[in-house]
Amino acid sequence: MNVLLGIDGSDVSFEALDDTLARSTATDDDLTIAIVDRDEIDLRPDEIEATVRDHLTEADIDAQVRQLAGHPGSRLVEVADSEGFDRLVIPGGKRSALGKIKLDETIEFVLLNAETTVTLVR
Amino acid sequence: MTDRYPDETAGEFPRPPATVTDREDRELRIRTADDEEVESLVEMYLEFDPADRAQGIPPVREDQIRTWLDNLFEPDCLNIVARHDGEPIGHATLVPDVDDSYELAIFVLGEYQGAGIGTELLERLLGYAQDEDVERVWLSVERWNDPAIALYEKVGFEMSSTESFELEMGIRL
Repeated sequence: MNVLLGIDGSDVSFEALDDTLARSTATDDDLTIAIVDRDEIDLRPDEIEATVRDHLTEADIDAQVRQLAGHPGSRLVEVADSEGFDRLVIPGGKRSALGKIKLDETIEFVLLNAETTVTLVR
Repeated sequence: MTDRYPDETAGEFPRPPATVTDREDRELRIRTADDEEVESLVEMYLEFDPADRAQGIPPVREDQIRTWLDNLFEPDCLNIVARHDGEPIGHATLVPDVDDSYELAIFVLGEYQGAGIGTELLERLLGYAQDEDVERVWLSVERWNDPAIALYEKVGFEMSSTESFELEMGIRL
């Protein structure tokens, strides 16, 4: 399977990265990692990419890593739908003070607009 | 979190404790609760219908329920519980959030829903909050949950954000 994983540099996105790496080892998926730049995240795309590459080295997995500039949701959907991906994996879903799950704008955009099957990791 | 609240301050809400009779003629006792109530609330949440969950809470597994309740009963949180024949059947909570605001949630067991107890719990939680000098309370609610939205509007919450899957509402006390 040809998998596109969106990473925004949040803690949950690095957890999703490790989950996806473990899965792609087991299933021999082709994995592409797309780094998006969200205002809410302090890390710059280059810093996120460096951390992603560290995780890849540690897991001994070869994956393409790309930075997608612009609106995170629409860029992820555009790449997933136009470049023949079978699945778009996105991390997310923060919890409020009270424990309620909140889906951010990027997740909502991707879920509503992607033609590609979406897996939400939270 | 919500950063927009009504300009007007809400009126005074009734304080707990109270004994009320619901529309099914059941006598319910509403009181503030501290962490000694956690064990009995674990039992209540184990009975909670999974279909009545919202936005991931209450959790389903007992260990998750316990961890979640421990968080709701931290010393700076406010909790009230409604009991019928001594057993908890409803719970409302306020948890401190950013900028001195509090996040609100309310839960009523299925067979006690639709009998007015949600309104009683909500008003008395807000009364308790007024006693404790809480000034701003917000909540999020799924946009299709019309009964809940109507309840919140009735006691004075106003919509603050309608841009996401969930609506956010706020009240100024």
